[in-house]
Amino acid sequence: MIRLKDVEMEYENGTKAIKGITLTIEDGEFVFLVGPSGSGKSTIIKLLTGEVEPCAGRIMINGFSVSNISEKQIPLMRRTLGVIFQDFRLIEKKTVYDNLAFVMRAVGAPQKEIRKRIPYVLHLVDLEKKADSYPTELSGGEQQRVAIARALVNNPNTIIADEPTGNLDPERSLELMSLLVKINELGTTVVVVTHEKDLVDRFGKRVVTIDSGHVVNDSVGGYVGGHIHG
Amino acid sequence: MAKRHDFRYFFHEGLSNMFSHGFMSFAAIGITVACLLIMGTFTLVAVNANALLADLEQENEILAYVDDSYTEEQAKALQSQLEKVPNVASATYISKEEAMEDFKAQYPDEEMFQDLDPAILRDRFAIRMVDLKLQSQTVEKVKEVEGIAEVNAFEEIAGGFVTVRNVATVVCVALIAILFIVSVFIISNTIKLTTFDRREEIAIMRMVGATNGFIRWPFVYEGFMIGFLGAVISFFLQWALYEAVAQGVDTNDTLQLIRIIPFSQLWVPVAGVFAGAGILIGVGGSLSAIRKFLQV
Repeated sequence: MIRLKDVEMEYENGTKAIKGITLTIEDGEFVFLVGPSGSGKSTIIKLLTGEVEPCAGRIMINGFSVSNISEKQIPLMRRTLGVIFQDFRLIEKKTVYDNLAFVMRAVGAPQKEIRKRIPYVLHLVDLEKKADSYPTELSGGEQQRVAIARALVNNPNTIIADEPTGNLDPERSLELMSLLVKINELGTTVVVVTHEKDLVDRFGKRVVTIDSGHVVNDSVGGYVGGHIHG
Repeated sequence: MAKRHDFRYFFHEGLSNMFSHGFMSFAAIGITVACLLIMGTFTLVAVNANALLADLEQENEILAYVDDSYTEEQAKALQSQLEKVPNVASATYISKEEAMEDFKAQYPDEEMFQDLDPAILRDRFAIRMVDLKLQSQTVEKVKEVEGIAEVNAFEEIAGGFVTVRNVATVVCVALIAILFIVSVFIISNTIKLTTFDRREEIAIMRMVGATNGFIRWPFVYEGFMIGFLGAVISFFLQWALYEAVAQGVDTNDTLQLIRIIPFSQLWVPVAGVFAGAGILIGVGGSLSAIRKFLQV
């Protein structure tokens, strides 16, 4: 479960990115986080992954209190999350298999488990035949599916996707979003940050709209309010 | 999941880091070799100088002349008193006859010395000291012994030995300290480049919940390997250099007085110090390089 209570966040340069947000995302939910550029969406992702600390309020993620988490506990908290980025962030000199294997090794998974888990996850994203390919040999859609596989490989409780379709054409975007919905149906909480209205409307999931550091709408069904800047 | 040290993985990653930045690793190893060689050469020169000074110290004696009025028995009896003087290591009795024989032996070709009467000389004691620095105090104490007429000591020479050794030690320690810091700085920068190149990888590792230790180990192994390889190469170069210099000194007639310690007596400490310093430089450099990447 993700819970933000009266969270405020101000950067060192004085920019107040979050101005008192309260939000709860239950286990197994699928939530779109939408809003115009500079609304504070990315800051929320940074707060959730422990990259920045809130100035005020409380954040609980999968049993960890992020607002006053110790340095030793940050890696443990992050293991409950799988993060997907707009620019994929794959390691180009590693094969698809090695891109996944190294994140499993990073959390201390034994070799036997790595050999068993990776083919399963690659099958989930329909890339089992690309295990030995390098990221540069794959299309944008395939690369993003590798990124999803990487987010999934350590079996996290929650997937956080930051503009995952930003670099994809509409058809691949739809495919990718369908994949995330499928993952959600298997029991993983999914939080997707996006500004693609059509896509959001199509899936009829819970939509939280952020604008100027506030939650301006929280409803099920479609994209509400706010003008959208690419 | 169980916490364990995945030696194979870290070693493999460290090794591949080293090879993927071949030129920088080569430069880092080269710098380590250069620093260790300079450090090693200065240290070995200092060690040899120390040994030479210790030899010369050993040979540096005070001559204490016995009063002419003393008979040989009376003179010999002074030995026990002299040996009780603080800082006296040994006092060897030399009769006038023995002294004359020694004198004649030094000039075998001078006929006019051969007929000299030993009575013109005095009985004496050759005194060796424990600590050369305390020579002047020892001379005063020896003079106070009843029956000792005169003491002959080369204080300037003794003082010179001590000064040379002190200066050599200070210069050596200062140079080693400076070179050590320079080496750590250069290795640190080399590994910083590696880490910079791998910042994306490090960021992903952090994002998926890798501990700082897990991220740090491959770089520590890389630093270890660079340092160790540098130590091995510099050891063999140092050996070759030392042997070449030793041979040069050995075959040079004007340097016959200088005794070079054989490398066979020195290789164990040299290997140990090189390995230790190399590893310390490598690991220290890598730890300082990776520190800033682990702060987020």
